[in-house]
Order: sequence, then structure tokens, then C-alpha cells
Amino acid sequence: MLSWKDLELGSIVTEPGNASAYKTGDWRSNKPIRDQSKCIKCGLCYIYCPDAAVELSKAGNYETNYFYCKGCGICANECPRGALTMIVEEE
Amino acid sequence: MTKRVGLEGSFAVSEAVRMADVDVLSAYPITPQTHIVERLSEMVADGDLDAEFICVESEHSAMSACVGASAAGARVFTCTAGQGLELMHEVLYIPSSMRLPVVAVVANRALSSPLSVWGDHSDAMAVRDIGWVQIFAENVQQAYDLTLCAYRIAEDKDVLFPAMVHLDGFHLSHVIEPVILPDQRQVDDFIPEFEYPFALNPDKPVSMGCYGPPYIYTEAKKSQNVAFESSRKIVSKAWGEFEGIFERSYLPVESYRTEDADVILLVMGSFAETAMLAIDRMRKEGKKVGLARLRLWRPFPFDEIRKAVKGAKLLVVLDRCISFGYGGPVCSELRSAFYREKNRPDIVSFIGGLGGRDITIDQYEYMIKRGKEISENGSEEEFEMIGVRQ
Ligand code: SF4
Ligand code: SF4
Repeated sequence: MLSWKDLELGSIVTEPGNASAYKTGDWRSNKPIRDQSKCIKCGLCYIYCPDAAVELSKAGNYETNYFYCKGCGICANECPRGALTMIVEEE
Repeated sequence: MTKRVGLEGSFAVSEAVRMADVDVLSAYPITPQTHIVERLSEMVADGDLDAEFICVESEHSAMSACVGASAAGARVFTCTAGQGLELMHEVLYIPSSMRLPVVAVVANRALSSPLSVWGDHSDAMAVRDIGWVQIFAENVQQAYDLTLCAYRIAEDKDVLFPAMVHLDGFHLSHVIEPVILPDQRQVDDFIPEFEYPFALNPDKPVSMGCYGPPYIYTEAKKSQNVAFESSRKIVSKAWGEFEGIFERSYLPVESYRTEDADVILLVMGSFAETAMLAIDRMRKEGKKVGLARLRLWRPFPFDEIRKAVKGAKLLVVLDRCISFGYGGPVCSELRSAFYREKNRPDIVSFIGGLGGRDITIDQYEYMIKRGKEISENGSEEEFEMIGVRQ
């Protein structure tokens, strides 16, 4: 971990855009699980996710990126098909 | 060419800002600082100062504009007073933690209520911990000089902290005194063109003021404080350079007739000039008294103040502010600065000059005499208020 001596002037961050390296998935206590068989690919979860943690795979499926997903449950709430279930994150 | 002119304190500040060739100004007018902003906006409108004047709806926005402009590498200025400084308060911590050399002048004013536009140091003391270099001016010449010095200090590559110059509202901002204005070339030599090392640049982007979770916040504050502490010596160096060019000298603590003094009075800002007259009068009567002024308030000049009162038995401190339920803020800092000294002087606290109330020569004499009594016999009160009607 950085010592105080390693910090740049004014704690300025000289590699911009490095927020993508921050694992917001660590905040999660509930996890959305998608049942692809129920999913109609409407994309609402993709639109509503406040963390842009829903991605569209090459195969055309919506998938949750758990590196960023904070487990807020908005996607599950918005899904018109009940394809998303929030489960308690055990580990 | 150097010239000697009569100038109001506010205009002297504006003149220093003009000669410092600032790029961006942003301020909201408030008594007793108004003349500074008015004069500067006139200078910009008349083309005497090639700067962007950003009109804002509040002091909070004025400081925010300064932060942004400074981050872009501009030399910036703002000024305010009293409640205006309080409204600015939240943003004041930003340039100091982001290490942006913003310069601000405060025409010190009392805080409401009752509503007072007149001077005291309540506004200055409320911003004690913002992490800015803070300097107190005593007369109009100093208001000019120290505004220039604020740029020299703030922009030094070994400082890069914002700097604030305090001048007493009305007692300095609205008083006309003779001022020596230097040649533009001297000013240019003293504060050369400034290049901020991380100025915002689309080709080389950086992120400023990022969020700092618990794992890094302590380190950020440690590095800020170490850097701020070490800027203390640069302040003295800058004042040495100033003397070399302009032949006027400034010190973190300035003493007046303190050699062999048993009692030293400590006063900040313009009131020190009247206090000097009291010292002269008492010296004429053979009394061993002297005066010390804290020119530099932050970073606090520990060594200099200890040296300045060495040998004195008593230090009498005048605060122009009350910390309610405690006493005088300057006095409390001095007491703590001397606590671990072996041969420390006794320290007695007075509070006065609130909300524009004058303090007369007689009252300074009284403080010294009464201070001695309190020192010898003790007192039930932590401080005594000067000039209050019983
Ligand atoms: S739980 Fe929240 S953060 Fe995670 S994918 Fe759904 S909307 Fe996005
Ligand atoms: S909102 Fe539900 S149905 Fe729509 S894409 Fe997302 S998971 Fe599939």
C-alpha cells in the first residue's frame, strides 16, 4: 500500500480513468442471478443498472459483471419477466 | 519607476493584483471588501488588467471558480470579508488539499449577529485550520506588499499552497495612506510567470480532488501537513528576496522595542500601530515594555515567537475575537506554544476591538499594567474584556 511519501502533489491522480480498476463488486451483499431461459433480452437491466455492470455478450445475452455489480437490486426490480433473482452473497 | 502615492488600502490591494498580472478574478462584493472588487472590475473593464472577471452569485462560487481556474494553471485572485468568508468556508479546504496557489485577501469583519460590517478578527479565526498560508497586514503599504508576497509564496514550487492576506476592515481597507509603488519590472522579477506542474491539459489528463477512502486519507493529510510545515522556511526566504528588491522587510514575528523588555504586548493587524504609541509613551517613562506582532499566522511561527519574547516575564495578548466558552484564540495558541518551554513567560489574555470598536493608547497601557497585576495576583477569569461597559 502507498506510503504518504508516495503520494503525488495534492494527492493528484496522474493516471486518469483508473476508477475502472476499482472493484465495486466488493460492496455487494446480494447478488443478482439471471435465468437466461426467462430473459427476453429487453435490455432494461442494462439501462437501469446505475453502475453499468450489465454487459451484452457477443452471443447476445445480457450478463452481470460481478467485478462492478454492487448488488443494489435495481435490475431485478425492473426486469419485466422476473428473470433476475437476488440471492444472499454467502462468501 | 517607483512612485509614492496616496492610496486607500483597498486600492493598494487592487494595484498589487493588477501588477501581479492575474489571469482570473472572481469575487462577490461585501462590505468592507467592496472597494477591492469594484476597483479590479474597473481595471478589467478599462483594459488596464488583462484578466477574466467571473461574476458569481456567492462567495462559495467565487472560491470554486478560483479553484477551477487555478487548476487550469491561471494566476487567480479573490477577496471577501466576514460572512462572505464564512460562506466560502467549505471550499477553502479544497485548494489547500489540492495544492493550488490561490490568493485571497480578506478585509476582516465581525460575524453576525448583531449584524456588524465593522472590523475584528472573528472571520480570520474561523478559518484558522484551512491549510492556507495566512499573513496579517498592519498598514496600507503592507497590504500592497503582502499581497504581492502572497503570490511569490503561494506559487513557489516548494510551497504550492493557497495564501490569504488579512487586512482590517475599514481600519485598513478604507484608510488612505502614502504607499510606495514599485516599478513593474521589479514586480515581474519578484513574481515571474508561473507554471503549475499539473495544470489541466487535455493531452495529459490528471484527476484532482479524488475521493480518499480510509486506507489513504490519513496518508493524504500527513503529506499535506509535512508540505505545509516545510513552506514555513520559504515564507521567510520570499520575504528576504522581497527585501532585496523592494528594500522593505517582513518577518514571521516582528518585534518593536522588545530588547530588554520585561513585558511584551502581542497584537495582530492594524491595531499594532496604536499599540506602538503606547509602548513609546511607556518607554519614555522608563518602563521596560515592548510589542510583538504575528505577521505570519499559518504556518504558525513557533521558533520565531519563542525567540521574540525570550527574556520577557510576561506576554500580554490582545485577541480581537472570542472563542465562546473559552477565550482568545490567539492567546490559547500562544499558551500552548510556550507550554513546554523552560523559561516561559506568564501569558495574560485580553479581548477587545470587537466589531469595529477602537482601542486607545490608554487602553493598551492599561492592558500592560493590568496584565502585570493579574500575573502577580492571579485572576478568577480566563481573560478580561477591554472597553466593555459594565
Ligand atoms: S444489482 Fe444493481 S449493480 Fe448489480 S447489475 Fe443489478 S442494477 Fe447493476
Ligand atoms: S431486464 Fe430481465 S428480461 Fe430484460 S434483459 Fe434484463 S434480465 Fe432479460
